[in-house]
Amino acid sequence: MDRPLRLVAANPLDRLARTLEALLVVASQPLPVEELAEAAAEDSERVEMALGLLTERFQEGRSGIVLEQVAGGWAFRASREAAEACSRMFERPVERGLSQAAMETLAVVAYLGPCSRPEIARLRGVAVDSVVAGLAERGLIAEAGREEGGAVRYRTTPLFERVFGLESLSVLPRLDDLGEVDDIRERLESLAEKRPA
Amino acid sequence: MPVRELDLDLEAFEGPFDLLLALVLRDELDLGEVDIAGIVLAFLERLAEREELDLDACGEFLVLVAALLELKARALLAGDEPDLEDLDPAQAAEELARRLADYRRIKEAASWLVDRLDEESDRYFRIGPAPLAPRVERKLASQDPAELGAILRLLTAEPPAVSLAHLELRFPPVEQFLGRFRSLLARRSRFDFDTEVNGLTRVEQAVAFLALLELRKAGEIELSQAATFAPIRVQRKTETKTERKDTWTARSA
Repeated sequence: MDRPLRLVAANPLDRLARTLEALLVVASQPLPVEELAEAAAEDSERVEMALGLLTERFQEGRSGIVLEQVAGGWAFRASREAAEACSRMFERPVERGLSQAAMETLAVVAYLGPCSRPEIARLRGVAVDSVVAGLAERGLIAEAGREEGGAVRYRTTPLFERVFGLESLSVLPRLDDLGEVDDIRERLESLAEKRPA
Repeated sequence: MPVRELDLDLEAFEGPFDLLLALVLRDELDLGEVDIAGIVLAFLERLAEREELDLDACGEFLVLVAALLELKARALLAGDEPDLEDLDPAQAAEELARRLADYRRIKEAASWLVDRLDEESDRYFRIGPAPLAPRVERKLASQDPAELGAILRLLTAEPPAVSLAHLELRFPPVEQFLGRFRSLLARRSRFDFDTEVNGLTRVEQAVAFLALLELRKAGEIELSQAATFAPIRVQRKTETKTERKDTWTARSA
């Protein structure tokens, strides 16, 4: 708020920023830089500079609308301080009541996708048909072609990345970093040491 | 220390060990969800509290846990995958360990997602169908109604009749040549076929040749040729054959 806005009003970059702002407020999905550049008839580099301006303007604590980089593009969302008010007015139907089975299936698809139901079932050890159907209905996963054998393959959607606040799937932590196996081994070993020989 | 009274506090189950076994055997609890390492830890912790080693309890526990592990392994390997029995024990153990490790990682990933969702639960954003992209306008050249009319008139005009004359083959009757050759033979004992048909169309020549073959078949004439493609000579047959000629004429009449 301490920025004197009048000084930048005549700046052509600020004009581009206003155009992008307009595009983002109409869009219901994150917009990649290339799409913004095409719609604004500008080159990507200048669009990124203008997005920098907007990020500064629309940030937590400064604005009720926050500009964020999510799901491979740029999008507006409500500020976190307004979340309580939002929760009184709006549902979050996509993520409400996701079961443990659904989260595991989602994890398989996010990490190993595109993958088919038989592949997911093999990893989880149980049939996953209804879970997969439920996730697809919520829009968190979608069909992505077929295997050679004809089984439909699934991948996560941009909505999944948006709901989980991921810039892209590449920001998911590596599977190897998650394992707790070593932890169990350590606990077993410490118990073994405690026992009298 | 009776093993069945072992108190368990697992993610999927809380209560005594024997209840867990009962639930699993009645299919009311999915073994895939049960952390067997947790059971082992609970047992070892209880064991560690004791002064002396309870061999009976250890033996009973080993048998039960081995059974549970086998059940869980079978459940995890269910489906059209090769059975563990088809693999040799070392391979089976390796495969099982690999799958369990995979599954554990997936569970970790899932719990990371759960935490993430919790952290991000105060994110509100607009979800909805994307506004339609503008329709691409197709540019047409300027149109003149008179020109369009002229083109339509061309289309409505009756097309010129196509001549099929070239397709028609007019075959003169074979009888015509039969008669002609017979009358010729009445006057002359022999004639030259090529000279006779000279000046006729190809079709007429062909029919004339058919007539010649008919006469030959009836035994009325004899055909000879000096060489291949040489002029065909036609000669009237001697009187002995005229009887046959009569029978043929009678039959054909």
